[in-house]
Amino acid sequence: MKLDFQDHAFRAAVLELIRRASTDLAPDVVRAIQTARENEDEGSAARGVLSAILKNIERAREKSTPICQDTGTNMYEVTLPLGVSMRRIDTLIREATREATEKVYLRPNAVDPVTGKNSGDNTGVFAPYIHFEEWDEPAIGVKLLLKGGGCENVSTQYTLPDVTLKAGRDLEGVYKSVVDAVVKAQGRGCAPGILGVGVGGDRSSGMMLAKKQLFRRLDDTHPDPELAQLEFRLLKDLNSLGIGPMGFGGKTTALAVKIGVAHRLPASFFVSVAYMCWADRKHSMRFTPDEVSYD
Amino acid sequence: MIDLKLPIDEKTIRKLKVGDEVSLNGRLVTGRDAAHVWLVKERPDLVRDFLKDTMIYHCGPVVKKRGNDWEFVAAGPTTSIREEPYQGTVIQEYGLRGVIGKGGMGPETLKALETNGAVYLHAIGGLATLIAESVVKVHTVFKLEEFGVPEAMWVIDVRDFPAVVTMDSHGGSLHDKIFHHSDEIRKKLLHIDV
Repeated sequence: MKLDFQDHAFRAAVLELIRRASTDLAPDVVRAIQTARENEDEGSAARGVLSAILKNIERAREKSTPICQDTGTNMYEVTLPLGVSMRRIDTLIREATREATEKVYLRPNAVDPVTGKNSGDNTGVFAPYIHFEEWDEPAIGVKLLLKGGGCENVSTQYTLPDVTLKAGRDLEGVYKSVVDAVVKAQGRGCAPGILGVGVGGDRSSGMMLAKKQLFRRLDDTHPDPELAQLEFRLLKDLNSLGIGPMGFGGKTTALAVKIGVAHRLPASFFVSVAYMCWADRKHSMRFTPDEVSYD
Repeated sequence: MIDLKLPIDEKTIRKLKVGDEVSLNGRLVTGRDAAHVWLVKERPDLVRDFLKDTMIYHCGPVVKKRGNDWEFVAAGPTTSIREEPYQGTVIQEYGLRGVIGKGGMGPETLKALETNGAVYLHAIGGLATLIAESVVKVHTVFKLEEFGVPEAMWVIDVRDFPAVVTMDSHGGSLHDKIFHHSDEIRKKLLHIDV
């Protein structure tokens, strides 16, 4: 199967994907924030914060300006049909990234750690970060996550067993790690957060797995009943911590918990926690030469 | 809602208490990671007049250039705790009356607020489009070339900029209170003896 398409068409489609990701939230995220607002007490700081957040989301959409000034790490999950060049797609995504920065959908966010110099256009080593996989469909799938630095800084990894948490190498240990991570994240990652959890893998695949969970719909149910139960229990207990929106106190500390698992080494049991702020900017598109559709 | 006109005097700031909702009007200066290191290490004189009796805003904005003027497009607060090693010195050295950011700060900053008569104001994280709308003028910018757009120091005028006092000049910190409360619950959930 061959996919004939023009460079400029794909580049324009990616630019539009970036614009949507930066300036608009997916409907499942907006719904979760609306529900959270209704759950908070009338007149509380928590409810006030969530109302302001919802107003901000609306204004950003109307004006097509970034929901959050930190347009974050740009992480792509790309699925290609057989025969489409990864190098070509990589180049086109980079070009679209530069254009999105010029159009101020993205803030220049790529800093050389040695010189301290900002590249000014969001491109550099691993910037943007693009992960490729092949699939059988006659289309290119592109998922994009914009993840701000505040929440990225509190994303973390636990190595079980953990003596201070009394956490063993089992799902109860996973539970304890996530609760601990969210208590420690308060004030840094913008609550209410969405937790992507990777159980197993190695240090890098475990965190990648955790981040991939952030592409799931917030209202889905895990196919494995045991993990579905753990996601549910974690969400309930995280919301009993009293941290609340922006750490002002309240009933909503998390909007969702999503867990993925990967085989681990006999010697290792990693729990990787990818904390995503309420500005959960995840969007996807499906591209063919005839049609581009966005989620 | 308490209206604060910036620059502001110490007496007015000392009246503020944790939980007060404020609306800022007047001049502010943005500053985050690279700026704080610069302010502490090089103690530049060129920014002193701009910082005296006003507030530093932990913000790395998205900006757009229109002719010779700059416009703020998105401008929510960034996480403040990263500036904890520098903030106390910066408050004292430059005569700040406040710090605006998100998430609160630690004991050194709290002490500096008390000693110097300043407050920590919490703006809502990610409220980038709404806060940018309250930026009515960009006066000038320092270190743009060297630090890049997010980390440069932007001197701005704001109108009706909303924030909440979460650390005051009397040793009060909402962040400490919430942290201790949530940590007690954490210990119960994890069956860790208190």
